[in-house]
Amino acid sequence: MATETIIWFLPLPPLLAFFLIVLFTNKNKALSHGIAVGAAGLSWLGSMLVFVRALGVEEFGKHAFESVINWLPTGETWFQIGVRIDPLGAAVLFFVAWTIFMIFIYSIGYHNFGQPEGDHDRKGLPPHGATVTDAHGHKHTVPSVEPMYSRFFAFLGLFAFGMYTLVVSNNLLTLFVGWEIMGLCSYLLIGFWYGKPSARNAAIKAFMTTRIGDVFMLLGIAFLYSATGTLTFSEIFTEEMLHHLASISTPILGLSGAGLIGLLLFIGTVGKSAQWPLHVWLPDAMEGPTPVSAMIHAATMVSAGVYAVIRMFPLISLDPATMSIVAFIGAFTALFAATIAVAQNDIKRVLAYSTISQLGYMIAALGIGAYVAAAFHLITHAFFKALLFLGSGSVIHGMEHGVLHTGNHHVDPQDMFNMGGLRKKMPITFWTFLIGGFALSGFPVITAGFWSKDEILADAFAHGHWAVFITLAVAAFLTAFYTMRQITLTFLGEPRTEEARHAQETPWTMTLPLVVLAFFAVTYGWVGIPEHFPLLGGLVPNWFHEFVGSTLAEHPEAAPFSIWPLLTSLAVALGGLFFGWLVYRNVKSPAEDKLQIPVLKNKWYFDEAYDFLFVKPAYWIAEKFTYLFMDRAVIDGILHVVARFSLFLGHAFRNYFDKPVVNELIGDGTGNLVKASGRGLRFIQTGRVQYYMVVSMVLLVIFAVLYYFLIV
Amino acid sequence: MEFIHAHILTLILFFPVLAAVIVLFLPKDKPQVTRWTAFALSLIPLALSIYLWVQFEPGKPGFQFEEKYVWYAALNSSLHLGVDGISLTMVLLTTLLTPVALLASFSVSDRVKAYMFLFLLLETGMLGVFLALDLLIFFVFWEVGLVPMYFLINQWGSEKGERELWKGVKVQARNYASLKFMIYTMAGSLGLLLAIQLLGVLFQTYDLPVLTEKWTALEGTLLGLPVATVKTVAFWAFVVAFAIKVPVWPFHTWLPDAHTEAPTAGSMILAGVLLKLGAYGFLRLVLPLYPAESARYAGALAFLAVMAIVFGAFASYGQKDFKRLVAYSSVNHMGFVLLGIAAAAKASGTLDATIAMNGAVLQMFNHGLSAAGMFFLVGVIYERTHTRNLDDFGGLFPLVPVYGGILIFTSMASLGLPGLNGFVSEFLVVRGSWPILTVYTAIAMIGLLFTGAYILKGIKQVLHGPLNEHWAHGEHKLTEINTREIVVMAPLMALILVIGLYPAWILDVINKAVMMLF
Repeated sequence: MATETIIWFLPLPPLLAFFLIVLFTNKNKALSHGIAVGAAGLSWLGSMLVFVRALGVEEFGKHAFESVINWLPTGETWFQIGVRIDPLGAAVLFFVAWTIFMIFIYSIGYHNFGQPEGDHDRKGLPPHGATVTDAHGHKHTVPSVEPMYSRFFAFLGLFAFGMYTLVVSNNLLTLFVGWEIMGLCSYLLIGFWYGKPSARNAAIKAFMTTRIGDVFMLLGIAFLYSATGTLTFSEIFTEEMLHHLASISTPILGLSGAGLIGLLLFIGTVGKSAQWPLHVWLPDAMEGPTPVSAMIHAATMVSAGVYAVIRMFPLISLDPATMSIVAFIGAFTALFAATIAVAQNDIKRVLAYSTISQLGYMIAALGIGAYVAAAFHLITHAFFKALLFLGSGSVIHGMEHGVLHTGNHHVDPQDMFNMGGLRKKMPITFWTFLIGGFALSGFPVITAGFWSKDEILADAFAHGHWAVFITLAVAAFLTAFYTMRQITLTFLGEPRTEEARHAQETPWTMTLPLVVLAFFAVTYGWVGIPEHFPLLGGLVPNWFHEFVGSTLAEHPEAAPFSIWPLLTSLAVALGGLFFGWLVYRNVKSPAEDKLQIPVLKNKWYFDEAYDFLFVKPAYWIAEKFTYLFMDRAVIDGILHVVARFSLFLGHAFRNYFDKPVVNELIGDGTGNLVKASGRGLRFIQTGRVQYYMVVSMVLLVIFAVLYYFLIV
Repeated sequence: MEFIHAHILTLILFFPVLAAVIVLFLPKDKPQVTRWTAFALSLIPLALSIYLWVQFEPGKPGFQFEEKYVWYAALNSSLHLGVDGISLTMVLLTTLLTPVALLASFSVSDRVKAYMFLFLLLETGMLGVFLALDLLIFFVFWEVGLVPMYFLINQWGSEKGERELWKGVKVQARNYASLKFMIYTMAGSLGLLLAIQLLGVLFQTYDLPVLTEKWTALEGTLLGLPVATVKTVAFWAFVVAFAIKVPVWPFHTWLPDAHTEAPTAGSMILAGVLLKLGAYGFLRLVLPLYPAESARYAGALAFLAVMAIVFGAFASYGQKDFKRLVAYSSVNHMGFVLLGIAAAAKASGTLDATIAMNGAVLQMFNHGLSAAGMFFLVGVIYERTHTRNLDDFGGLFPLVPVYGGILIFTSMASLGLPGLNGFVSEFLVVRGSWPILTVYTAIAMIGLLFTGAYILKGIKQVLHGPLNEHWAHGEHKLTEINTREIVVMAPLMALILVIGLYPAWILDVINKAVMMLF
């Protein structure tokens, strides 16, 4: 089959799975997950095939796979949509296919497939466990299967469809389609346990916050389309088109057309990739089941935001002002989110803030022009963060075992202070989590995170972006610190609760994805080792730089090697890890944790501020101002005044004209007059013939006399 | 077949009247027979419209399937019918939504015969507006449609509810709503009628193609005034009449009342088709007859459109009544239609204008599908719970999973989710308006944002959250959407998805018509 055809078909199996499950198989759990995993597997297979073929193409950057069809008629011409896999697309497709496939498999175990139905489980709430009686007549509480098991896989399928669509798009419009479908899925999946008010609100918050970014992005797309007449990447990124865009002037901030379009598109990413100031939705998104967190935070949605900016890099990089904004937002977010992560106790929330911070890293990298480094970190991060989220899900799952065992449901299985010593109970989870954590911290040489992070720092250093360099270095230190804090609190030391003592390793469907992702979390870094790195440089070619760099028309130069950024990244990674261990190895309870500072614990009070500044006023404007005041009081009030005036006029006409004049004076008056005259003349109508005779005789005489005297 | 082909427009237009008469002679004590007969007969105009769609040649200039019969010889007015790509789309929408709405009305048990009779007459009234190529005929049908709708709201509307007019004066809500609807529209039409008379007297004909040519070319003085002044006055007379119908802010307050009080199927048709009459008036009459005035006042129209978009969304978000929430969403969505029209009026002939106009016409069709669907779904739950108050629901999803799925799907279409129909048209409008009316388009985005807010609010209050136990047990137990109701939704949902994924089949027809017209 032609590669282009395969690319067209990549997003379809998960979509088909979605429809099949929703319409037909939703009653059958095994069939539903079979279809979903099978579909994910099929797309994975196709992606690998495309990837391998892409590797075999000479100068792939110039000979990308592309195919288009007519979609919308616009005047004389057509708006075309199509698919395109170029080096960047192929690299992204690779990690997307792997992480999505692993998450599908993991979900089977996470939602307790094969376990009995719960005693009191309800659709829309997490499963609470089931009581079983064993052969000896003992009663045990065991995990129960998710009541909406099939639905979960349907949503996952739709989500995967959105991501594949986004990656294979050759234009901004279908990219936006995939982008928004993922937005819907994240809404549905975060609110998966919709019976919980917290989950319901988190889902709405996620949708609305990202939608703020989306409407700006839509304007950006409209602007770009109006200015160039196309949304296809390959047509926009031509020299004359970019030159044209850069030469348009706009009234906003003195930006060029390219700069403004870039900024508008970037705001979309700020929402989608949870960058400050639109970061607030992502930590709340932890209300969803854990595979969802991994899906949203690593494999798909948030990566999509960064991917879009990388994709639009040739456009965005035209205007230095926009680039500065991008770099500032990225660097600020990287540091800002890391400070919050330090003070969180929920195992998933730490990772959520860590994700925000790492995405900030990538954005900052793009802002300083480090195109390849940003893409590199995007991919390594996707692997190790998916690993960490799935690992944390495994930990929670193990802890839930403990909770079901003791029956004490007041123990929060996600609070790290309830854990401790899990390394013995859950060895696979521990080792893989350790790998993921070290990759996130940038543990030197072996982990992938080291190579990608180092490349960003090296680039910032080489081009003299000191502010960015220092901010990112501090953020990297904090990252290593909170990661080690997390590992120490969760896995090291002794169990701090009875529940942690009875935690259990999770089934193979959950640990297998961990192992696979751990493999990439280590090895993926080796494809991008800088050429001049001491000792290791040049042993393997810097494939990543060569391959992804060729996406751009002008191949970007690798940053020259310098020892200072390397030393910095070694110092912050190892130092952070060491201090994290040192401080938290003996901490027993949150009270002993010196970093539980209210302002950090409460995330710098952004939720409260937004609620006060935007959410409440919006509702006030909607209900009190628009509906009750403007529509009901003013507009309807005016109508009612008109109505009342008409009524008044009607009354006035009736009471002061119709009744007295028409009815009484003219109508009744005429009648009365006739009546009165009739009554007055009645005496002459007596009916006696003699009387009439006399009258006529008299009259005749009178007329005769008159005639005689007057006329003659 | 030959006969059908030659008279297809007359057949489509008047068949519903014939059907209405047939319904009138059915036995009174067998409502089920009446329902099925009315429904089955209403499928025939649909079949004819599909035939018309297939036979229609999008690339051919001018009107097709034209028919002309003398109607009022003394006035030189004739029953002149014809379709182009724009009216064809609207005819298809009308003939599709009528059977759907009739099927949705099977739960009406009060005076079924009269109900079905009026509904079928309503269909003719609406079709007449879309098919007419004679101004007087246009106006006649414009008014004809009002009467059945008035009675549908007034007689079959919701029985509960009162509206306080001013201190101490209260009226029944459905009386209030139906009267407001009727009087508002008629008041708006007065100016239209005068303006139409002016044209008719001036040129001794009401034939639209002829009028368009002569009227736009007219210069000099008229009635002792410069023609430009007369045209401006007549332009605004047209605009006000259609703006009330669309409805455009600030003439929109009849809509939430009428939509909320109307019976379910009445709301479906009101939102699905009747609002389009106003927008169609802009496309068929205002823009062709007043190109210069439209361009001059496009900014004012765009301003009103943006007010409708933004405040329609806000007002919808501020509702506690589910049906009223959906009603206000129409103000929001129709605002995009007018924004597209304004953009097209301002820069007539450019590619941007064509795109904006394509978006506006497609948005009319799309809104017809999603709004009808939303009103129906509100009706489904109202019939079971007898409440529309959002606070009375909560967590119903586990009780009615199929209904919930359909509601989310339709809501997403209304929200403009890419992949479904609403996005395509809204994107085209935004794309087309951006270079022409940049600031207005940017402000409209606030409305787009709050579209999300009110849609999610509806889903949140009805389906999500802790289950309201009241609906879970005993006599109040909420029952799942039934097969008939799913059949009502099926064609709407199918079209929503098909247009979302591959809009070219319908947009091509619209695009060619727009290109030839402007």
